[in-house]
Amino acid sequence: MTEARLMQGNEACAEGAIAAGVSFFGGYPITPSTEIAEGMAKMLPAIGGKFVQMEDEIASMGVVLGASLAGKKALTASSGPGISLKQELIGYAACAEIPVVIVNVQRVGPSTGQPTAPSQGDVMQARWGTHGDHPMIALSPWSVREAYDAAVMAVNYSERFRTPVILLMDEIIGHLREKVVLPEAKDIKIYPRRKPACSRAEGYQPYTPDKDLVPNVANFGEGYHIHVTGLIHDETGFPVGSPKITEEAIDRLHQKIEIARDEITHTEEYFMDDAEYAVIAFGGTARTAYEAVKNARAKGQKVGMVRLMTIWPFADKIVKALAAKVKGILVAELNYGQLVHEVERAVAGKCDVQLCAKYNMEIFEPQEIESGIDKLCAGGKD
Amino acid sequence: MERSYEKYFRQNRLPHLWCPGCGNGIAMKAIVQAIEKKGLSQDNTVIVSGIGCSSRASGYMDFDTLHTAHGRAIPFATGIKLANPELNVIVITGDGDCTAIGGNHFIHGCRRNIDLTVVLFNNNIYGMTGGQASPMTPLGKKATTAPYGSIDRTFDAARLAEAAGATYVARSTAYHVQHLTDMIVQGLDNQGFSFIEAMVQCPTAYGRKNKMGSAADMMKDMQESAVMKAAWDKLAADKKEHKFPIGVLYKEDGLDYATAYEAVIETAGGKNK
Ligand SMILES: Cc1ncc(C[n+]2csc(CCOP(=O)(O)OP(=O)(O)O)c2C)c(N)n1
Repeated sequence: MTEARLMQGNEACAEGAIAAGVSFFGGYPITPSTEIAEGMAKMLPAIGGKFVQMEDEIASMGVVLGASLAGKKALTASSGPGISLKQELIGYAACAEIPVVIVNVQRVGPSTGQPTAPSQGDVMQARWGTHGDHPMIALSPWSVREAYDAAVMAVNYSERFRTPVILLMDEIIGHLREKVVLPEAKDIKIYPRRKPACSRAEGYQPYTPDKDLVPNVANFGEGYHIHVTGLIHDETGFPVGSPKITEEAIDRLHQKIEIARDEITHTEEYFMDDAEYAVIAFGGTARTAYEAVKNARAKGQKVGMVRLMTIWPFADKIVKALAAKVKGILVAELNYGQLVHEVERAVAGKCDVQLCAKYNMEIFEPQEIESGIDKLCAGGKD
Repeated sequence: MERSYEKYFRQNRLPHLWCPGCGNGIAMKAIVQAIEKKGLSQDNTVIVSGIGCSSRASGYMDFDTLHTAHGRAIPFATGIKLANPELNVIVITGDGDCTAIGGNHFIHGCRRNIDLTVVLFNNNIYGMTGGQASPMTPLGKKATTAPYGSIDRTFDAARLAEAAGATYVARSTAYHVQHLTDMIVQGLDNQGFSFIEAMVQCPTAYGRKNKMGSAADMMKDMQESAVMKAAWDKLAADKKEHKFPIGVLYKEDGLDYATAYEAVIETAGGKNK
């Protein structure tokens, strides 16, 4: 075991990414994500890695994608307005299948919003924030230690599926300081960069999918002479105007994640054994929800909590099973109501679904979620 | 005739999509001839482009090639070069790609003096989308989005590059093909941000809108308007109208970004990989 340290969430995220093999960072300062860039600027050169501060967030996405294509594991971090700028090239990464991790330390929006205040208002942006059909993986840690673990996981998933992964933090966790004991390097599983299975002479095509539907795209400079484009392409990597190939390409992008969906959907249950009601929460809000559920239990209410660590792909199966078991679900989120729609979709009328929303710059107080629980247990009546 | 440069093309991706008479092919060939002259390895050279007619060149060239998004070639290229400084990185871009949507990336690439060789295929128009005005469409010239003649003042991308910090700036034309090749060779020689503006004719969109005649007529125009830098410097101001200088326009010594970063790694106590 390593020694206990007092650490900030953003710091843990940066260290986790490095532990997972990240050696390149490109970014642009923005609160509340800046500590990640600052940490990377300091730590990366010390391990022979590289940090570059770009002219904006579009360029930050471009530079990390270039570095990734040249063989380096790469990370970028931002918030609100910066994530909006990154969207164009998040889609490029999805289409051209370039591993990259984008950290979004959420703050209040829209627009410049409330720059230093916590929010979870980018749930839907994380899922859909770029044009066109594409899958997405987004992870949301609820502690400083989990920010570290989620960073490792995000880098691993980006490499394994050759896809952009969003580490959907929030200001609560990004700026939280708590005591952590980090895992030892030898206990951290790292997914290495995928390698071409054959040579050019043997007919290598960069976008031929492997058994898991993920292609083994060569790095630049390895002699494969590959072509990478954001146009829809076939296995050769070159654009084609064919409806059939277009459909197949978009299918495969989705299917490579879909077939691994159960494995990458991480959730946790608390006080759920005999629960008749459940609270669903994620990220920083899950900490308050946990407290609220504990208090409710003390009052004798049969309520538990399901915490989503994987936000996307959405935990459909788990929520569906939950709906068959409980009388009602309360979704607590620090926004006007986003994830609740996904919960309603998965529940499909099988139980009551209520929303506990907050979007006034402040984090939840346990009592606020407790009154939500009271209302839920009363069948929606105050 | 010996065509040793053919090995630099992906024969199975040709013919190209450019219109008859387009100057892009000449500029693309000048790039591979410069690569051949320099003896750059195909395994160790990456061609990065943006979006546009000109940026389609990357797909025809037999290297590791990257066709990025509109305006974003320079940030991608910066990432490639920094991640692996051993690679030669050449950027192909259009006048809209480079100076409109990619303008900010362009000046910051120059400022960092990152070791890229950027060749701008300047056809004075948005070719790919059918002839809209670009920031390099000359005043008064017509485009589909400037049907009464453009009133937008024009960027001089070469002067912009120089002011922003590029350490090698040159211009040539599709007419002066040997000279263009030589300008690119010198750009590849420079360890730092090298910018070469290659004037190319677009008879289909720009030429037709402005009644400039055939591709050959447009090239003749280039021949008449282009003045070698040394002669340009001596030319009286009133003789400069409708003319432009070609040759090496600016050159200075300056530490390139990837080399500068090696010192950062040393200071931080890391090992250069
Ligand atoms: C973000 C974005 N905006 C607009 C376009 C549409 N578009 C494609 S090419 C192009 C202009 C290309 O002009 P230029 O860069 O001068 O290159 P050329 O085609 O003339 O070689 C535009 C506007 C796009 N692909 N992406």
